[in-house]
Amino acid sequence: MTEPVIEIPIDRKIDTSHMKVTDEVAIQITGMNKWYGTFHVLRDINMTVNRGERIVVCGPSGSGKSTLIRCINRLEEHQKGQIIVDGTELTSDLKNIDKVRSEVGMVFQHFNLFPHLTILENCTLAPIWVRKVPKREAEETAMHFLEKVKIPEQALKYPGQLSGGQQQRVAIARSLCMKPRIMLFDEPTSALDPEMIKEVLDTMIALAEEGMTMICVTHEMGFAQAVANRVVFMDQGQIVEQNEPRAFFNNPKSERTKLFLSQILGH
Amino acid sequence: MSNIESHTIAYVRDTMIPEQDPPITESGAIKWLRDNLFSGWLNTVLTLLSLLVIWWAIAAIGPWLWNTVWNAGSLRECREALGGTSGACFAVINDRWHQLMFGFYPPRLYWRPVLAFVLLFVALSPILFTNLPRKLLYFSAAYPFIAYHLLWGGSIWLPIGAALGFVAGIVAFAIVRKINGLAAIFAAVIAPVFWWLFLAGPFDATMSSILPLGLEFVRSDRFGGFLISLVIGVTGISLSLPLGILLALGRQSDMVFVKSVCVIFIEFIRGVPLITLLFTASLLLNYFLPPGTSFDLILRVIIMVTLFAAAYMAEVIRGGLAALPRGQYEAADALGLDYWKAQRLIIMPQALKISIPGIVNTFIGLFKDTTLVVFIGLLDPIGLSNAIRADTDWQGIYWELFIFIGALFFVFCFGISRYSMYLERKLKTDHR
Repeated sequence: MTEPVIEIPIDRKIDTSHMKVTDEVAIQITGMNKWYGTFHVLRDINMTVNRGERIVVCGPSGSGKSTLIRCINRLEEHQKGQIIVDGTELTSDLKNIDKVRSEVGMVFQHFNLFPHLTILENCTLAPIWVRKVPKREAEETAMHFLEKVKIPEQALKYPGQLSGGQQQRVAIARSLCMKPRIMLFDEPTSALDPEMIKEVLDTMIALAEEGMTMICVTHEMGFAQAVANRVVFMDQGQIVEQNEPRAFFNNPKSERTKLFLSQILGH
Repeated sequence: MSNIESHTIAYVRDTMIPEQDPPITESGAIKWLRDNLFSGWLNTVLTLLSLLVIWWAIAAIGPWLWNTVWNAGSLRECREALGGTSGACFAVINDRWHQLMFGFYPPRLYWRPVLAFVLLFVALSPILFTNLPRKLLYFSAAYPFIAYHLLWGGSIWLPIGAALGFVAGIVAFAIVRKINGLAAIFAAVIAPVFWWLFLAGPFDATMSSILPLGLEFVRSDRFGGFLISLVIGVTGISLSLPLGILLALGRQSDMVFVKSVCVIFIEFIRGVPLITLLFTASLLLNYFLPPGTSFDLILRVIIMVTLFAAAYMAEVIRGGLAALPRGQYEAADALGLDYWKAQRLIIMPQALKISIPGIVNTFIGLFKDTTLVVFIGLLDPIGLSNAIRADTDWQGIYWELFIFIGALFFVFCFGISRYSMYLERKLKTDHR
C-alpha cells in the first residue's frame, strides 16, 4: 500500500514532541449507550482521554461522532453507561452538569455566537454570570484571548459584521475565557470557506501547543496527522478503530477504515 | 470607442475632464417626479386620478373644517353662528373636553390625574431609553403605587403597605437564597402573600391611626373618559408583557403540569371574545366572590384585559422563540449558563426583538379594545360621547366628537408605533 499523501493546510512545521500527555485521566467513558427514540445512535462506547491528549474523531456522517462529544458536556443525554469528566459523573443532577459545563469548552460547526451582543460581550458574558468575575477583569481576559486568536481589533463589532473564520475564532476565544480544562470541537471548519479553514486550524494548533486537552470531530485529516496523538474512527455508532495518526493513516486495520480513508484521501 | 482608438493603440490623456453636473432631467425634483409619478402612462394616469381624489376629499372636508365654530353653548348656537353654511362645531369639545378626559372626576382634583400622567412619562423614560440614568428605574418601580395614590387617593398607608409586600418578597428571597435556590422562589411568593393577607390590613389601620396622611378618596365610578382608557391600557400593557413571557416559557416547558396549565389558559382565553370576559368581570365575578366583598369594577376589568392580552402576547413571543436557532440554546448551555440566566441574557433579548412588531400589535390592540368597556357601563370616551349626545344641548352632533376621540387614540397608537420602529432600528445588530 502506498503511503497516502495528506495535504496539510498549515505552513509551519508543528513540533508535537513537547505536547505532553499525562497519566491523569480527564474523561472516562465506560459502556455508554444512547438512543434517539428507538434508534441506537451510540453503542457501547468505551474511551479514556488523558489530560493533554489531542484526539481527532472521524467517520462518515451519521456515525455518531458529534453525538459522542455532545454527550461529554451533556448537550445530549446518554441512557446507559457512565461518563466521568474531571472526576464528576454526568447524571441528571443539574449541579454536576453545570460544573462539567463550566470546565469543558465547546466550539460548534455554526459558531453559535450571540448576535445581539458585541464580540467582547460574547466573551465576557459567561465569566461574569457563571464565574462571577468582575466585569473589568473579564474584559481583560477576553481581550487577552481575542489577541491570542488575532482579532482584538474586532472586539466592539457584532458577530454579523465578521467573516466566518473570524466568527469561529471568536467562538474559540469565548470558550477559552471560561478557562476550560478540556475543549470540544464539533466540526469547527465544516461551515467555512477553504481560505478561512487555515486561520481556524492555526488557532487550534496554537491551543494544542499550550497543552490543552482537545477532542475534535473534523474531516481535516491534515490537522489530525499533524496535531493529534490519537485518531478515533467511528461508524454506525461504534468506535471501529483507534490508533496514533501515523499508524492509523498508513496502516489501517479494519476494512471499514480502509474504505473510509480511500474515499476521503484518494483522489 | 472613438475612431482614433480603433487604429492607434497607444493613448495618453493630456487633459482631465472636470466633474460636471448631471443633465437637469437627471437630478432634483424633476428626476424625482419623473421616477415616482410619471414613469409611464399607467403611472401618469394613476397620479392624475390620485390628485383628483385628494382634491375631492379636500373640497368636501376642507370648508367644513375651515368654518369650524369653537365657541358655542349648544348645537343650536353653532348653527346660528354658521348661518346656513356647512361647518364643523368643535365647540362641543371646547364645552365638554374635561368630561371626555376625566369623566366625572371632581374638577378641583384634576391636578391629580394630570400629575399622574406627567409622572407616567418620567417613569417610562428609563425603560424606553436605555441611555438615561439607571437610578430612574427606582422611580419606575415606585410609580404604580404613586399613580394609584394620586388617582384614587385615600390613606397613603394602603399603597405603602402594598409596596412593602414586594419588599418582603425580595428580602425573603435574598435571605433564603443562601440556603436553597428553589426554596427562595417559594419564599419570594409566600412572604408577600402572607403580608398582604394578614399584616397589610393591620399595618394600614395602625399607621393611619398614628399618622393619618392621605389624599381625598375618589370612587371608581367617578372615573371616565381617557383617564379610564389610559388606566386600563397602561396597566394592561405593562402587566401583559411579563405574564405573556412566563406563559410562552411555560408552554415550552418540559414539565407536563406547567405546560398543560399554560396551554389550557392560552387556548381558553384566545378562544373567547373579550366582550364575554368583560361581562364575566362585571356580572359573574360578583357571584363567585364571598358576599359583602366589593371588588372594584375597574380592577376587575384590568385583570380581564391583562389576561386577554397576555394570552395573545404569549403566542407572539412563542413565535419569536421558535425563530431562534437551536444553536443559541446549546451555546448558552455549553457555557454553563443555567435556564433563567440563559433565558434572560441570550434567549429573551433575541426572541423579544424578533417579536417587537407582534408585541406592539397586541399593545395597540389592547389600548383600542379598552373602548369595549362601554358595554359594561364604564364611561370611557365612547360612553361619554353617548352621554354628551343625549344632552339636549348637543343632540345630533357626532362627527366632531368621534373625530376628536379618534385623533387622541391615533396620537397614542402612532406614538407607540414610532417608538417600536426606533427600537427595532436600535436593536438591529445582525447586519443582514
